[in-house]
Amino acid sequence: MSQGTVNAGPAQADGTVPQPAGRGRRATAIRLGLLAVLLIIAAIFPLVVTNALYTQFAVNTVIYVGAVAAWNLFSGYSGYIALGNAVFFGTGAYTVGLLTKQWKLPGGDIFALLPLGGLVAALVAVPLGLIALRVRRHTFVVITIAFFFIFQLMAFNLSFTGGNQGVSSPFFLWSASDYNNPFYYVGLIIAVGTITLSWLIRNSRFGLQLLAIRDDEDRARGLGVRTMKIKLIAFVISGGITGMIGGLWWFFIGQALPETAFNPLFDLTVALMAFLGGFGTLAGPVLGALILEPLQQWIGITFTNGYTSDIVLGVLFLAVILFLPRGIVPTGGEFVTKWRAIRERRREPAPGGSAPGGSAPPGSPAVSRAGAATPGAGTPSTGAPSTGGVR
Amino acid sequence: MTALLRTEAVSKSFGGVQALSGATIEVEEGSIAGLIGPNGSGKTTLFNVITGYETVDEGEVYLGDRRITNAAPDKVFSAGIGRTFQLTRVFSRLTVMENMIVAAQHAERGQGRLRNPLARAGGPATRRRALELLEFTGIVNHAGALAETLSYGQRKLLELSYVLMAEPAIVLLDEPAGGVNLTLIETIADRIRQLNQQGTTFLIVEHNMDFVMGLCDRVTVLDYGTAVVSGPPDVVRTDPRVLDAYLGTAEDDDDIAVG
Repeated sequence: MSQGTVNAGPAQADGTVPQPAGRGRRATAIRLGLLAVLLIIAAIFPLVVTNALYTQFAVNTVIYVGAVAAWNLFSGYSGYIALGNAVFFGTGAYTVGLLTKQWKLPGGDIFALLPLGGLVAALVAVPLGLIALRVRRHTFVVITIAFFFIFQLMAFNLSFTGGNQGVSSPFFLWSASDYNNPFYYVGLIIAVGTITLSWLIRNSRFGLQLLAIRDDEDRARGLGVRTMKIKLIAFVISGGITGMIGGLWWFFIGQALPETAFNPLFDLTVALMAFLGGFGTLAGPVLGALILEPLQQWIGITFTNGYTSDIVLGVLFLAVILFLPRGIVPTGGEFVTKWRAIRERRREPAPGGSAPGGSAPPGSPAVSRAGAATPGAGTPSTGAPSTGGVR
Repeated sequence: MTALLRTEAVSKSFGGVQALSGATIEVEEGSIAGLIGPNGSGKTTLFNVITGYETVDEGEVYLGDRRITNAAPDKVFSAGIGRTFQLTRVFSRLTVMENMIVAAQHAERGQGRLRNPLARAGGPATRRRALELLEFTGIVNHAGALAETLSYGQRKLLELSYVLMAEPAIVLLDEPAGGVNLTLIETIADRIRQLNQQGTTFLIVEHNMDFVMGLCDRVTVLDYGTAVVSGPPDVVRTDPRVLDAYLGTAEDDDDIAVG
């Protein structure tokens, strides 16, 4: 091998396969464009839509987008399904609430407490992670649920938590007409920050090690990955961000009760959003939250008759499990790949220089060397950039 | 010649089953050693004990002068022992290149890339090395493909490739020729020989006798968790104790005839 730059992937390494690289660049451009449009819409949303009901929906949505992205950062990447992130959400909410009360902070200063709420939640995540991450799969899920109940009980019973009265926030100083906007923007910053962090992690060595743990933890360990350390770091980051979001939620709602701050529905909703969009992918969980949270809010006000909204949601979940078991993003990606393959087959009626798929299954070095020497035949089967793709 | 890898009277039982009972083996530096024995004789358990996937009940494991008894798998790997598994274990939802980078902790540290945790995985040197190894094992065309799309034989080659990323002193191969077509078996044997000439020591568990006898300098036979014979292939092949281990003794046959 004598190529100078190898970090662009195997296509270049094998010689001249310009087509996938060109398509990759175009796909990247489309993605970046879409991302920019989404960001602009998100940034100007409360300026355009001033109806307080809708901006309230929007605040709840950015809260959930952040919470799902934080959940996915650990559970999606490592494959450890945590159903106890409400522990961190509630811890953040109570931390910010109790400190606000203690220090008698006025209005906007409370936002400055959010990192502190995140820090406390992250500190809580360390011992919980050390215990729960010793076990896997179903046992891990059960332990995280157990933690959740322990924390809810503590919120009810500890002397400083306010018992079943919870912690209320003070009255606010800014006007009612754009009341929701500060919450929206702070939530948006946390959500965008978490998604950016997830993207950085996905492309980093740390993220690769998490994904290796998801696929085969013991094998990863046998290749020198310090699995416990890697899992714990991700768990703590995830918990810390969830804690910050919990603090923001408390400030927005104005009250934390044991059953609303440590809410089992939070755990389930977050997991379902991730599964709907595509567990472990970067865009999937965000998409799941963007679809599900406004829908949930809308159902909540449309079907005011108690349980109807729950039933409608339940039916929706069943439909998702039946028709999109792997989530929207992976299933959609497969569809696009298939569609492209069909289109390409139509476009190339006579396979002149490039025989698609190669002639023989590579494996013996003689075959693969021949493949490398023939331009076009050496195309990696996926045609995608080698690493760092959003899957 | 000194022993690079040594187990001393290693014992391990699972409940009532004695998988290893006082197994003592030695692998000389620079050699290709074979480990054979009937099913259930403790070959894979011995691999697991050496590489930290199981703890020993008794006995010691040494890599050179260093005691590595009951060290964790990641420590054993960093110490210089790489292994493959009987049933291939690759990271199926990562690309072949990503599989290689996961194993490159050692190389990345050399490049000082571990200090920034969010640096892009796999530096240029790591990727170049990975492509060289994939070229060597013949699966470089699949570098961008997901590992789950590889055939069984190709996965075996990928396992061998990523184990080599850390430049281990010794590689333990668990049935490298099992379930692989004849052409590929030739390739694998050829690659092992080449690597051995470059200084890598091998310990190979294998049921394919032609493969073992043709490749190995020295063969050890395990039976009921104990090393019963050890020597050059020609000697081992004709040793009566080996025939006993595989076929049972004459007395056993008598028992069957009587019963």
